[in-house]
Amino acid sequence: MTKSDLIESVAQKATLTKDKASIVVNSIFDLMVEAMKRGERIEIRNFGNFTVRKYPSYTGRNPKTGNAVNVGPKRMPFFKVGLDLKNRVDKGK
Amino acid sequence: MTKADIIEAVYEKLGGFSKREAADLVELVFETLKDTLTKQEKVKISGFGNFVVREKKARMGRNPQTKKPIEISARRVLTFKPSQVLKHTLNT
Repeated sequence: MTKSDLIESVAQKATLTKDKASIVVNSIFDLMVEAMKRGERIEIRNFGNFTVRKYPSYTGRNPKTGNAVNVGPKRMPFFKVGLDLKNRVDKGK
Repeated sequence: MTKADIIEAVYEKLGGFSKREAADLVELVFETLKDTLTKQEKVKISGFGNFVVREKKARMGRNPQTKKPIEISARRVLTFKPSQVLKHTLNT
């Protein structure tokens, strides 16, 4: 399923125009990106939490050449699946 | 940020819908995502990331408290792989 499939599905289930459905879907993800940019934690009950993890710089290696390279500090998004969804995915229902 | 904050923002952006309707729509989006993932179908959100269900084989682990070895059963887990765009956005 892609974002457009999701928009399509929401439009159909809620008998909404595709324009309106795409506003809903796009704002949800845009808002989450904005929150993560601010380093904020996002809690969606029954779905999961998104957090931004900070990593210090380290010396890595170019796997092709073996040369040492300095990898700067970075921020990475992290998703922790909620218990309810975790169980559903595992059971497949 | 919680679901309530998202509902509020969607309500404002949508216009012409009640707050209750906005809440139902946001709920519907997450329910659709959950139903899709439960069916083990991948969800790809461009500019955000991919949610993928992965099959894990059974493996041996140990209880960290008692140090007793125990088998961790085979299971399906949900993973999120952030998009390059999102990773880039967080680091500029």
